[in-house]
Amino acid sequence: MEKRIMLGNDAIARGAYEAGVKVSSAYPGTPSTEISEFLAKYDEVYTEWAPNEKVALEVAAGACIAGVRSMACMKHVGLNVASDPLYTLAYTGVNAGLVIVVADDPGIASSQNEQDTRMIARSAHLPVVEPSDSNEAKEFFKYAFELSERYDTPVIFRTTTKLSHSQSIVEIGERVVPEDRTYERSVPKYVMMPASAIARHRVVEAREDRMAEEGATFEINRIEWQDKRVGFITSGIAYQYVKEAAPTASVLKLGVVNPLPKRLVEEFISQCDTVYVFEELEPVIEEQVRAWGHDVKGKELFTKQGEYSANMLRRVLYGAEEIKAAPDVPARPPILCPGCPHRSVFSVLNKLKIHAAGDIGCYTLGAVAPLNVIDTTVCMGSSISILHGMEMAKGKEYIRNWVATIGDSTFLHTGINSLINMVYNKATGTVMILDNRTTGMTGHQEHAATGKTLKGEDTYAIDLAALCRSVGVARVIEIDAFDVDGLERVIKESNAGDELTVIIAKAPCALLKGQTFPNRCVCDTEKCKRCGACLKIGCPAITKNTDGTVKIDETMCNGCGLCMKRCRFDAIKQVPKV
Amino acid sequence: MNIMVVGVGGQGTLLTSRIIGKTALAAGYDVKLSEVHGMAQRGGSVVTFVRFGERVYEPVVEEGEVDVLVSFERLEALRYAHFLKKDGVMIVNDTRIDPMTVVIGAKSYPEGIIEQLSAEHRVYSIDGAAVARELGNSKVLNTVVLGVAAKHIGFSEEEWLGVLAATVPAKTVEINTRAFKRGYEGKA
Repeated sequence: MEKRIMLGNDAIARGAYEAGVKVSSAYPGTPSTEISEFLAKYDEVYTEWAPNEKVALEVAAGACIAGVRSMACMKHVGLNVASDPLYTLAYTGVNAGLVIVVADDPGIASSQNEQDTRMIARSAHLPVVEPSDSNEAKEFFKYAFELSERYDTPVIFRTTTKLSHSQSIVEIGERVVPEDRTYERSVPKYVMMPASAIARHRVVEAREDRMAEEGATFEINRIEWQDKRVGFITSGIAYQYVKEAAPTASVLKLGVVNPLPKRLVEEFISQCDTVYVFEELEPVIEEQVRAWGHDVKGKELFTKQGEYSANMLRRVLYGAEEIKAAPDVPARPPILCPGCPHRSVFSVLNKLKIHAAGDIGCYTLGAVAPLNVIDTTVCMGSSISILHGMEMAKGKEYIRNWVATIGDSTFLHTGINSLINMVYNKATGTVMILDNRTTGMTGHQEHAATGKTLKGEDTYAIDLAALCRSVGVARVIEIDAFDVDGLERVIKESNAGDELTVIIAKAPCALLKGQTFPNRCVCDTEKCKRCGACLKIGCPAITKNTDGTVKIDETMCNGCGLCMKRCRFDAIKQVPKV
Repeated sequence: MNIMVVGVGGQGTLLTSRIIGKTALAAGYDVKLSEVHGMAQRGGSVVTFVRFGERVYEPVVEEGEVDVLVSFERLEALRYAHFLKKDGVMIVNDTRIDPMTVVIGAKSYPEGIIEQLSAEHRVYSIDGAAVARELGNSKVLNTVVLGVAAKHIGFSEEEWLGVLAATVPAKTVEINTRAFKRGYEGKA
C-alpha cells in the first residue's frame, strides 16, 4: 500500500475523495483553507469557494438532498456564520451524507477568538468526529459519512490547528463512490415549518440518544487498556500528548466526541483508579461525565486556553520539571510584507490621524506600530457596521476622523450587507475597500471578484464599484492604492463631506503570483538626513545603519516606492533590479 | 530524532522541513512535521518541527529536546536556543533581519549572538547567502543550509539528493544538488 506524508488538511481532502464526495463548498479560513485547495485537485469532485460559510453549508445541503455525498469546510468562527442553516439541518437530516469540516484554533495562531466547536455541536445536537493524526483524518472522514447516512444527520468533523497543519504518514486508498440516492419529496422532512419542526425535534433527540447508546460499538471509540491505576479520556491531538507523556496509562480514545458513548465511558471509569479528562479548550467531555456523577480530574489541572503539550501533562503528572525559560530577545510579530498595498493606505490614514474600524485580514496588522491605524477588529464584515453604529450613536461630526477598512474578499463575505444597511439608513461615513484582488491572509484564494474559480476556470468577475453603485452608493471612487497624494485628497474630501462614500483602493497583493517587480529602492546615505520618515511606514525591508542613515534590503524590497514618496530629501530612488 | 527549523516568515523554513520529513519517510521511519500557516507567516518568527523514529506521537518538540536546530537568521537562533538538548547541534545562517521592534527603535538587536551561542552549544555558522551567490543563484541559500544540517541529521548523501531532486522544480535540480553538496561536504 502506498504511504505518503500528508498535512492533516491534505489527508481530510484525500478522505473526502476516497469517500466518494461529489460536491464541496467552502470559504477560506485558517486553519481549514488547504482542505479545499487539495480537494480541488481531484477532477472527480466539484469544489468551489462560496462568498461565506452560510452559503457554503447551504450549497452542501442542497447537494446532499439531491442525493450525493457532500461537504462544507470552514474555520471555527466560520461556523458562527453558518449556524443558521446548521441548527435546522440537524432537524432535516440528510439524504446522502453531509459532513461539515470545522477547524478550531486553540492557541489563536490566526483567529480572533478561541471558541470550541463542540459546544456549538452540543447545542445543535449534531455528532462530532475528531481525528488525532493525518491517517485518522482520512479514515475517520470516511467513517463520518457512514455515520451521517446511518443516523440521517449532518456530521461535524472537527480538526484543530495542530492537526490540520502537522504532517504524518497516510496509507492511500481507492475512491469508492456510493450510488446516488434517490430524492423523494417530503414536506415533513425538508420543509421546516412549525408542524414539521415540532415532529423533527423529537426525531433529533431520539437520534442523539440512539447514537449515545450505540457509541460503545463505534470502531473509532476505543479503549487502550494498560496500567489501570491511571486512565485518560481524550480525543484529537491531545491523545498524542497523552501517549507521549503517559505511555503506560490506559486510554479511552474517543473518535466520536458528541454524543458521548456513556456506557463505554462508565465502563472505563469503573476500572481505573484515577481518571483524567484531557481535552483542549472547554470542559465539554468533563462536564458531562461529572454530571453523570463521576469524580474525574480535568480543568482544575488543565487550562481552557491555548494548545496543550506533552510537557504540560508531564508537569501535572510528575511535578514541576525545570523548564528552560525563553530568552528576553526582541519580539518578531507578523508584519505587512514589503510592497504591500495596505501599508500605503495605512500610511496615509496615519498621516491624517484617522481612526479605522478594521476587519478580518492581513490588514489587521494596520493596528500595530508604527502604523497604529486600526481601532477595532471583531469579525468578518464588522468594520462597516461598526462605523455605522458610531455615526448613529454620536452623529456625523463624531466620525469625521474615522473610516471603515475592509478587504475585497471580506467585503463580499458579509461586508456588502453592512453597506446596504448604511445606504438604507442614510449613513454618511467613508468605507475603504482595500482591493488586493485576492483573499490574502489565508494564502491567496480566488473569490467572486477575481474572475477565477477554485478550479482555476475563468468566470465573471464582480465589479466592486458597480456593485456598490447598484445598492445605492452614489459616490464611489476607485484609486490606485499607491497614489498617496490622491488617497489623501479623496479621504479628506469624503470625511469633510456629508455623503456616504466608498473608496476602492486597488493594487494586487505583493505576494500574488504572476507579477514582476522590475525595480527596487535604494537610499543615498549622503542625502539621508536621518529623519526617520521612511521608517514610519513600517516596511521590513528598511532598517537603520549604525550612523542613523537608512538601508534598504535589496532582496526584500520590491520597489513599491512608498518610502521614496515619504522622503522629503530625495535620498531614496528607484533603480532597476539586477 | 527531533529537528527544529526556524526563521523569518518568507525564508523557506517550511520547504526545508518538508524535505527533511520526506527523507526520513523514504528511509522507513515514522515521521511527523508541524507547520505554521496564516497570519503568523507574514514576516513573523516562524517555527517548524520534524520528528522521526520508530513511533512518533506528538508533532511538536519541546524545550530542551531538540537534536538539530536549523535557523535561517541569527536572532531567531537565539530566540529558540533553549529548545536544544545539551549535546544538540545548531546550524545558523549568519544573517540579520531586523524585527519591526528594532526598526522603530523600541528594542535593539543583540550583538555577539554567534559568540554567545557558541559558548553553550555546538554551533555551525555559515554565510548561506554568500555561498548561494557564488553558485550563481541566491535562491538556493536554503539548500546550502540544509546540506550542512543533513550531515548532522543522518541518512546518506544519495538519500538526501534523491528527495531533493523529487521536491524542487525540475529545472533547478542541478543547481540545488550543487548547493546541497557544498553544505554537506563542509565547504560552506
